[in-house]
Amino acid sequence: MTNSISEIKDADCILVTGSNTTEAHPIIALEIKKAVKKGAKLIVIDPRRIELSKIAILHLQQIPGTDVAWLNGMMRVIIEENLHDKNFINNHCEDFELLKEAVYEQSLEDIEKITGINSSDIKEAAILFAKADKSTILYSMGITQHTTGTDNVLSIANLAMLTGNIGKESTGVNPLRGQNNVQGACDMGALPNVFPGYQKVTDHDLRNKFEEAWNVSLSNKVGLTVTEMMKEAATSSLRALYIMGENPMLSDPDINHVEESLKSLEFLIVQDIFLTETAKLAHIVLPGVSFAEKDGTFTNTERRVQRVRKAINPLGYSLPDWKIIRNISNALGYPMRYNSSYDIMEEIRYLIPSYAGITYERIDNFGLQWPCKNIDDPGTKFLHKDKFVRGKGKFHSVKYIPAQEAPDEKYPFIFTTGRMLYHYHTGSMSRKAKGLDEICPQGYVEISLEDSQELNISEGGEVKISSRRGQISTMVKINQGLRKGVVFMPFHFVECAANTLTNPALDPKSKIPELKVAAVNIEKF
Amino acid sequence: MEIIKINIDNQQVQVPKGTTILKAAEIAGIEIPNLCFHKRLNPNSVCRVCVVEVKGESSLVSSCSYTIEKELTIYTDNERVKTARKLVLELIMSTHPNDCLLCENNGSCKLQDYAYQYEVEVFKFTRERPKYNIDKSNPFIIRDYNKCILCGRCVSICHQEQCSDIINYTHRGFDTKVSTYFDRGLEESSCAFCGQCVSVCPTGALSEKVAKGKARSWELKKVNTICPYCGCGCSIDLNVKDNQVIKVTSPENESINNGNLCVKGRFGFDFINHPERLKSPLLKDKNGNFKEISWHEAITTIASKLREIKDNYGSNAIAGLSSAKCTNEENYVFQKFMRAAIGTNNIDHCARL
Repeated sequence: MTNSISEIKDADCILVTGSNTTEAHPIIALEIKKAVKKGAKLIVIDPRRIELSKIAILHLQQIPGTDVAWLNGMMRVIIEENLHDKNFINNHCEDFELLKEAVYEQSLEDIEKITGINSSDIKEAAILFAKADKSTILYSMGITQHTTGTDNVLSIANLAMLTGNIGKESTGVNPLRGQNNVQGACDMGALPNVFPGYQKVTDHDLRNKFEEAWNVSLSNKVGLTVTEMMKEAATSSLRALYIMGENPMLSDPDINHVEESLKSLEFLIVQDIFLTETAKLAHIVLPGVSFAEKDGTFTNTERRVQRVRKAINPLGYSLPDWKIIRNISNALGYPMRYNSSYDIMEEIRYLIPSYAGITYERIDNFGLQWPCKNIDDPGTKFLHKDKFVRGKGKFHSVKYIPAQEAPDEKYPFIFTTGRMLYHYHTGSMSRKAKGLDEICPQGYVEISLEDSQELNISEGGEVKISSRRGQISTMVKINQGLRKGVVFMPFHFVECAANTLTNPALDPKSKIPELKVAAVNIEKF
Repeated sequence: MEIIKINIDNQQVQVPKGTTILKAAEIAGIEIPNLCFHKRLNPNSVCRVCVVEVKGESSLVSSCSYTIEKELTIYTDNERVKTARKLVLELIMSTHPNDCLLCENNGSCKLQDYAYQYEVEVFKFTRERPKYNIDKSNPFIIRDYNKCILCGRCVSICHQEQCSDIINYTHRGFDTKVSTYFDRGLEESSCAFCGQCVSVCPTGALSEKVAKGKARSWELKKVNTICPYCGCGCSIDLNVKDNQVIKVTSPENESINNGNLCVKGRFGFDFINHPERLKSPLLKDKNGNFKEISWHEAITTIASKLREIKDNYGSNAIAGLSSAKCTNEENYVFQKFMRAAIGTNNIDHCARL
């Protein structure tokens, strides 16, 4: 998030898109609700009617995969109505002409046809957003999990810059990160192209810095992303995989292919707290510990680094993950001398400039938000204040490209996946919590009332869903607020794993798979 | 901001105009007993336990809602106040089950504390109030309205913080009850089971099902940490006894969630001590069955196998998947291991999933 959670309640207009906030980020949703109570205008743009739609002034239901089109439509209206923030654009941004050219390429009528949203609604949303004093955009994986995920995010940034809604309190471009420490895992360089702190592996000077600190020579070749690893494993160019606390057998697209890949590995190590679907395929399984058994830090979606504290001793012979890695590294002949998570944090601070001021002592009571560059730095509530980090905010020319897979005669429905309140990611934790499993014991597919009538399926009935990748059977829930032709499924359930059906096609830049659009067929069981 | 001088229990205190007497007393280091007040919520002024005497006012006033607009002399604990407070407590106790021995809240109940402190005569008054069945119908919250003192905190937090309005008062007089629409179970309402109501209940009327019978309040050690269930990063207190996490409560410290939690954050933690947790390294044998091995065997097997693959096929034949569920420190060490010990940038995690 460019801005902070506590700022949401003071926004005048909130655009929520691709985020079912009340279910996936319930505490952030409370801030949205409070803002609306205070008079903020909420615009929800989502193919599904979600809880927030009830308190929204506008709920626009786009056809999944058409986000660039409606975003460009909104920006076209804003420019035509002369509501763009000329001062902000002139003083802080560049390439406005490129944007203008791109958004003028399609008429609102064309956009209506592409997105399925009435042009008058796009117009109304655009005017509301542009006229409000402080407008903020909150989005999540409904925006990013597309082959055009990067384009979608760039369009959102365009909209924020066009209206001067960045670098100020209660505005901003605010991705709500899904998992507890996905922000931190990225910050720490658990990515194939960057060292900790987003320092590029291809940059000679930065690589030198890490080579010196780690006393070893390092590769300058960008590594494989998770989806690429699965492809390489299937062709045996990848021989060994060490998986810590992940369950690709449920989380990754096209699970049948993932299974095939993991089975072709010569050596698979899985470190987890349960014998997950992925761990069952391993040659060796290592018992890690839960968050309750270790010290350390998590970084939340607003860049706040917070203390995780050990509450109980590790169960059985399980060990904190960092100790296991340290021990393997020492056995392999690369010595690691850490005796506590504190020691590791001190090294992190030394190597990541934006973490330099973050110490366990300083975050004992309440976390600090990076960038926090030295021990006196109070941290950063919102980014790009006064000036963009890169100098000028760059407008990108983004043009609508359709999703990779479109519905056809054989697979006539658009299948989209997501999360729900009672479960978390691949369910390895939440499905072992008695109450959560009791209130929501099984997966389901949401289909629209019209589709259910045409297919002659009633609530609770069983259906078979198939895509080009595989097929599953599950129970039907009728969602009267869903677009006809769109079906939704949460991906937490192994018994009916939604990712058996999803499309592994990737965004060319971010390598994110298109989990939000796949073509499927549905038949009564 | 206008500053006003007040005299509270013969202490001189200066407070901003509009401060409540309860808050002013807190500034002066005086604790006024209260049941329906909660610092995160607007005052309800219904329990009357926080009454104090303000010189010049004909009757006692509730300190939680009485704001200081001019110079005042206040008595928070004189005989008149104490007598009134005791009477209020005796009236509350007249319909209370008085089964502290079996109550989940024993030891962390404000009513119990005040009854003890004021030497309340429990059976001074007898009143008839309906007997309610204990509602255990939902998976998370036990609702025993026999113990409800109608303070309204649960109603307020559901409305003010959760913006949900699932519950409110129904009926009148002795029949007054906190209820859902048509008095159905919470599971039949649109309740999202955030459990905010449980977190503010001053008695044992609302309690966590998962913790029932597992620990007395004084046996629990609270450890403050961060919830692992999404990117919000809420502050939680793990309540621990005998190396088991018994329940989760909302901490008082400064946090992004200000004491609010969701259903997963409050009720989703029995996975920690789940019997299926992995407790030993496992090696798959030729028949595909896992057998337990020692850490020594596990580490040496891994080291020799990784060395063999690296020697035969190069570092890039090995890859690692780190975890968005692990700590920063663990992610740092993992990527360092892949880059420095293995020699590859084949390191990723499920950020995109």
